[in-house]
Amino acid sequence: MSKEQTVIDIRDLSVTFHRGRKPVKAVNGVSLSVKAGEVVALLGESGSGKSVTMRSLLRLHPKGTDIAGSMTVSGRDVMALSTRELGQLRGATVSMVFQEPRLALDPVYTIGQQIEETIMRHEKVSRQAASDRALALFQKVRIPSPERRLKNYPHEMSGGMLQRSMIAMALACNPKVLLADEPTTALDATVQIQILLLIRELQKEYGLSVIFVTHDIGVAAEVADRIAVMYAGRIVEEGRVGDIIRDPKHPYTKGLLGARVELAHGRDRLVTIPGSPPDLAAMPPGCAFAPRCGQASDICLRDVPLLKPIGETGNIACIQYA
Amino acid sequence: MRTVAEPTIPDLPLGERGGPAQPLISTRGLIKHFPVKGSGFLQPKKVVRAVDGVDFDILKGETLGVVGESGCGKSTTARLLMQLIIPDQGDILFDGEKVGGALPLTQYRRQVQMVFQDSYASLNPRLTIEESIAFAPRVHGVPQAKAIARAHDLLHRVGLEPIRFAGRYPHELSGGQRQRVNIARALALEPRLVILDEAVSALDKSVEAQVLNLLLDLKRDFGLTYLFISHDLNVVRFMCDRVMVMYLGKVAEVGTREAIYENTKHPYSAALLASMPKMDPAERTEEPPLSGDPPNPIDPPSGCRFHTRCSMAESVCSAMPPPLAVVSGEQQAACLMSVPGSGHSHAAKPAPELMEA
Repeated sequence: MSKEQTVIDIRDLSVTFHRGRKPVKAVNGVSLSVKAGEVVALLGESGSGKSVTMRSLLRLHPKGTDIAGSMTVSGRDVMALSTRELGQLRGATVSMVFQEPRLALDPVYTIGQQIEETIMRHEKVSRQAASDRALALFQKVRIPSPERRLKNYPHEMSGGMLQRSMIAMALACNPKVLLADEPTTALDATVQIQILLLIRELQKEYGLSVIFVTHDIGVAAEVADRIAVMYAGRIVEEGRVGDIIRDPKHPYTKGLLGARVELAHGRDRLVTIPGSPPDLAAMPPGCAFAPRCGQASDICLRDVPLLKPIGETGNIACIQYA
Repeated sequence: MRTVAEPTIPDLPLGERGGPAQPLISTRGLIKHFPVKGSGFLQPKKVVRAVDGVDFDILKGETLGVVGESGCGKSTTARLLMQLIIPDQGDILFDGEKVGGALPLTQYRRQVQMVFQDSYASLNPRLTIEESIAFAPRVHGVPQAKAIARAHDLLHRVGLEPIRFAGRYPHELSGGQRQRVNIARALALEPRLVILDEAVSALDKSVEAQVLNLLLDLKRDFGLTYLFISHDLNVVRFMCDRVMVMYLGKVAEVGTREAIYENTKHPYSAALLASMPKMDPAERTEEPPLSGDPPNPIDPPSGCRFHTRCSMAESVCSAMPPPLAVVSGEQQAACLMSVPGSGHSHAAKPAPELMEA
């Protein structure tokens, strides 16, 4: 597999939920591609559509949700898959690590049983072979005394250990793509850095393509090759991690990086972005960030800016750079 | 400057008692053990040593930050201070007076208020926000009309226009707005100490910055003292004058912000600081500063509780619990490396005049 091969390709994805009185357009024309062995962080605040974008890749949405656009994962058209084919894709080619392992794991089975089940669901192997693989996986994610821990139920393990178990389970069938939905948000900083380093190490070893959803710029800087910044259901800026952090271009990215508390040493106030994100059920007609943007003009309030290339590797959706 | 007019609750004595040098809060030997459910029947009774001998002061007008991993006892300490749970042992002195002794609980509770992490769970869903804010003053005997007027003042003060927001219910507000309501409610009784227990942790970064600015403004305008509990070391560095690091129910280190962040004397504080994600992709963390999770507070390690994860640990560390000793100026650390003659190879040779510590 060449390094340049595109593993995930999302084109013009829109996701609309019909659950309340008004339809909510959580994702609004997102295009993103991830190459083999690449880690892309989807960075955004709550309601920006980062998790919804990622879950769309496994079509993990409630019934009645409108998904428009196209998505290909390692050559397979996700939108065209039947329920049965989708079941084969989930866990085998594309696997996922969730924010709350306690909710994602089944409380009445041991962790070992759950990993064995994952393996036997996708491959024709004996329980003994599956159980040996589960042990090897537990050693891989460095869980101390793995034989004993495989016999634990989820409630018997700490948050960090559970997240390691989830990663072991996600890797059980040698997937090509790992989707990580805020996997370290619920953890202490000391455990978070352990999990981030583990994901980075396993990603290199398995050559995984990773989409890593986070709201924490520091976490993105630790794991990602590229960052895509989302705001109100759209990608507003995308580029190499160093470029985004050192030289953000979009006013929202600038605001987000400027509001970081670690920049405030010696100052008695933080720089903030005024206002709050728009209501997804009643989006403004133009650029979604325009009402909070200091440089907004009449055009910004009228037209939605398109995501256009900037420099050699970046993309930006702002009229200033069009 | 106070924007809210004259004291609205006349009967209760308030304000300065012990003078500016008297710490607002002093705790001495605070201990809280929780029994473990199901233990004790045909087996030894087990307890969670949530807070296990904690002494600290909160000075008047300062912001004291408390950091540590989950299970270190930060929230239990806050709840003990609020008297939401009663300590097994130890005293809390408020402005020099013993809480529950010279200072009756009702008078104490008025002067200490708390803001919790979950902005939704901490508001009554059946009360409008002006009713929530006016509730405590009314309990303390303020007439309805006056309490509501004061609630409107406070809403205005925390950046929510009373005309638009006063009649709303909690579910009609965003997380940031709800947390502003909780802050306004905490201020309704004109407290002197506000305990902020992960008060901004659930907010998005851009909203968090707005609320932190608000907290700073309120502190200045109302002359408040904060106890600021957070797991985010960057936020604590921005907000706090002094910082206390806790580990497994004990104080590991306490000192000024500069001392803790730039010249820490405790290996645990150093590891916590090194665990923060680096903002520079060219200088990524290569080795986790600490391995594993914090040990179980039911059965904490002997001696120094950190010795099982400490890179500097020696055999003496598992044998002898380190005292919280002054290392320089106002900085105190509980580490045998800072105790002369402790037997640790990094400790100074015993100096006779220091031995009494």
